[in-house]
Amino acid sequence: MKCRLMNLSELHRKLISAAKANPPGDSVPYTFEKRMLARLSGRPALDAWGLWAHGLSRAAGLCVVAALLLAGWSSVLPGTNTETLSQDVQTTLFAAVDNATADAPLETQ
Amino acid sequence: MERTDAELIAAVLQGDTASFEPLIVKYSPRVFATARRYARRESEVEDIVQEIWLKSFNKLGSFRGDAPFEHWLMRLTVRTCYDFLRGHQRNRETAFSELTEPEDDWLNRFVTHPEDASESAAAAKQLVERVLEQLPPAARLIITLLEIEERSVKEIAELTGWSVPLVKVRAFRARGEMKKCLARLAKDKYL
Repeated sequence: MKCRLMNLSELHRKLISAAKANPPGDSVPYTFEKRMLARLSGRPALDAWGLWAHGLSRAAGLCVVAALLLAGWSSVLPGTNTETLSQDVQTTLFAAVDNATADAPLETQ
Repeated sequence: MERTDAELIAAVLQGDTASFEPLIVKYSPRVFATARRYARRESEVEDIVQEIWLKSFNKLGSFRGDAPFEHWLMRLTVRTCYDFLRGHQRNRETAFSELTEPEDDWLNRFVTHPEDASESAAAAKQLVERVLEQLPPAARLIITLLEIEERSVKEIAELTGWSVPLVKVRAFRARGEMKKCLARLAKDKYL
């Protein structure tokens, strides 16, 4: 049978030689570089505001997490009670007003 | 004065996109020739080459400059062609009974008078393309690089990103796949 007569190693060699003898062309389509450059130049520019907003939103998330952690931590600290905490907050808030009152000259009759 | 590749790349990285054009002009012939080894239709070839240049533009920042730009670009080219082959595996496994008349004649001549079956014949070129299309992507890549382009195992490892032992294993398997494919060709034709 012809199938048995076909020398596959020789066929392999011949076909590889054929591929070597006929290398593909290196022609470049007309104005390919212009089209390519237009495509590269037409890409959307880097959105600086978008990047800033993205970073800001991530930072805001981190701040919320940090605030929650600090709130939890302060509530479990020994010796801390709500009354003291509220007094501290009140003192801090009114510190400027208290100082202004203290610094004001006393009105004498 | 003509600017060097390094100067052009530095300009592109500083935002001068137009400086990329001389690089495209200079290296496109080689990139097109490589892509034509793996894709037959010209529209597919152009798609592959466009993808290669887009990738190279986007990844230009990762080019360290310790080797020529051409080597870096050819690595990108070979890997993109391999991705293309993997993405088009469905088209394989067509029967060899659909050979064209010149291909059929060439094979008959090879069986009866092997010395008359010229390697430079167009039919032989078509036939080898048909056989290569039947191979799995890795096998086709290895046969092309190792046997047709006659590259060393080390070069193939650098181009593909595979280790040297992996290239050797895949080369062994690829030759086996090619042999099976040729046996199928003989069977489809004469049985």
